Amino acid sequence: MSKVATMRDAVAELVRDGDTVAIEGFTHLICFAAGHEIIRQRKRELTLCRLTPDVIYDQMIGAGVARKLVFSWLGNPGVGSLHAVRRRIEHADPEPLEIEEYSHFGMVCRYVAGAANLPFFPIRSYYESDIPRVNPNIKPMRSPYADGAEVYVVPPLRPDVTIVHAQRATADGDTQIWGLMGCQKEAAFAADRVIVVCEEIVEEAVVRRDPNRTVLPGVVVDAVVHEPFGCHPSYAQGYYDRDNAFYLEWESVSRDPEALEAWLKEWVYGLESHAEYVEKMGAERWERLRPGAATSGEVNYGDYS
Amino acid sequence: MSGEGELGYSKNEIMIAASARTLTGERICFVGVGLPNIVCNLAQRTVAPELQLVYEAGVFGARPSRLPLSIGDPSLVTGSTAVTSMFELFAFYLQAGLIDAAFLGGAQIDRFGNLNTTVIGDYASPKVRLPGSGGACEIAIHARKVLVIMRQAQRSFVERLHFRTSPGHSGDPEHDRARGWFGSGPTSVVTDLGTYGFDEATGEMTLLTLHPGVTLDDVRANMGWEPKVADDLGETPPPTDEELRLIRQELDPEGVYTR
Repeated sequence: MSKVATMRDAVAELVRDGDTVAIEGFTHLICFAAGHEIIRQRKRELTLCRLTPDVIYDQMIGAGVARKLVFSWLGNPGVGSLHAVRRRIEHADPEPLEIEEYSHFGMVCRYVAGAANLPFFPIRSYYESDIPRVNPNIKPMRSPYADGAEVYVVPPLRPDVTIVHAQRATADGDTQIWGLMGCQKEAAFAADRVIVVCEEIVEEAVVRRDPNRTVLPGVVVDAVVHEPFGCHPSYAQGYYDRDNAFYLEWESVSRDPEALEAWLKEWVYGLESHAEYVEKMGAERWERLRPGAATSGEVNYGDYS
Repeated sequence: MSGEGELGYSKNEIMIAASARTLTGERICFVGVGLPNIVCNLAQRTVAPELQLVYEAGVFGARPSRLPLSIGDPSLVTGSTAVTSMFELFAFYLQAGLIDAAFLGGAQIDRFGNLNTTVIGDYASPKVRLPGSGGACEIAIHARKVLVIMRQAQRSFVERLHFRTSPGHSGDPEHDRARGWFGSGPTSVVTDLGTYGFDEATGEMTLLTLHPGVTLDDVRANMGWEPKVADDLGETPPPTDEELRLIRQELDPEGVYTR
């Protein structure tokens, strides 16, 4: 059964005011196109989850879609700060932002617990750190087995909606990713509803030829959105490079609330869709971001008929 | 402190060279972005040819063909030994004790190598909201050696941290031994003024060498406590011609991190 939808319909139907939303992807495959559509539809009161909030959450939080942020590293990687987020945390400007923070391993294991239907997940971290002091959801616990080891436990994270971007998916939602895997698989299996956004929609036979590359089967996917260049300025391995210049330029936009508002007006509110964004960015930019080829070798799965 | 013109290298270049030498003979290193990335790539070409570069994004054995701006650059993936989920990387590689050395930095460090990357000021109403832990808290606990590289100033080398994100030494070596962690607290700190180790008896940061042209008074003026100084305080060997060639021609030809 085809689950193919437009971004507008997928977000309108599956992302609701007040939801807990995860747009995952560690540097790689961050779905900016979905974030922009959430801004465009003026969703409100969201709890946004991500290990690394990145520029996409700076845009979304700057646009006022969120009341709370759950995270483990807050910044513009390699550049500096997310100023719209910082304004809300440091000065409640224009309104407060509730935060709940973990370490990377803690966040990953929250998704693992959510995906595996576990009540908590034990890790060896947080010892002698102040993080559990400011986040009472991170609790110390003794192993019930002989060594009585002290661990910390983190609670499951079960987003109402997880949005993952992938290189390719079938119309039914079978999804394949290569390059950095982040914790998209864990975040998707943990969620109640899943939107897959992809660079290409492919025939089922393409997936079946290389099943080891599948991270999600269609049964856990609610909608499939075809959105080429949907990660920009993040990247899709083998399709387009990370637009580092954009991340550098974001610093000055993010610092100035008026510049941020103008950017949102020009690049989000003023456009109907991500296709218009792609066109407006211009062919020259996409040409500049196109990588050369480095294809994998093929493996033999064997024919057993 | 002299400038580049006089000495023939920049502050960052001597930090990179001095830091790379602390990786002599290491096998598996957790790499951060920025200076640590150049340090590890320099070490791989000089003192640690066997060095496997591990990135928290989920890459083991990276061979980046360009200088990555972010910790998740696509060039880390192409040609690497393994790409893993972040769960595997943190659970099977880091938490299980496979990582020999890792780089950390921070907005604040104290004399026992505890690090703050979370807030300046009060947590609930911070003066400056910093990035937070990322993987630093668990890296500090599990990496067998933690190497710190950061610029030195009164506001960053402080008597008391505003927030302890990542644990270092406790100041009580018996307590530290009883922790049972793979990590044993930071083993070295390299700044723009000198290099430090940690005293085995007290776990306290100890000045080992001053960079050429730097005085003990320069160091005192840029830290929030009276530094412990090694009896045989020496001078940091300046970067060699080969180290400078590698940094300038191969690792950071555009001088993003080194000038």
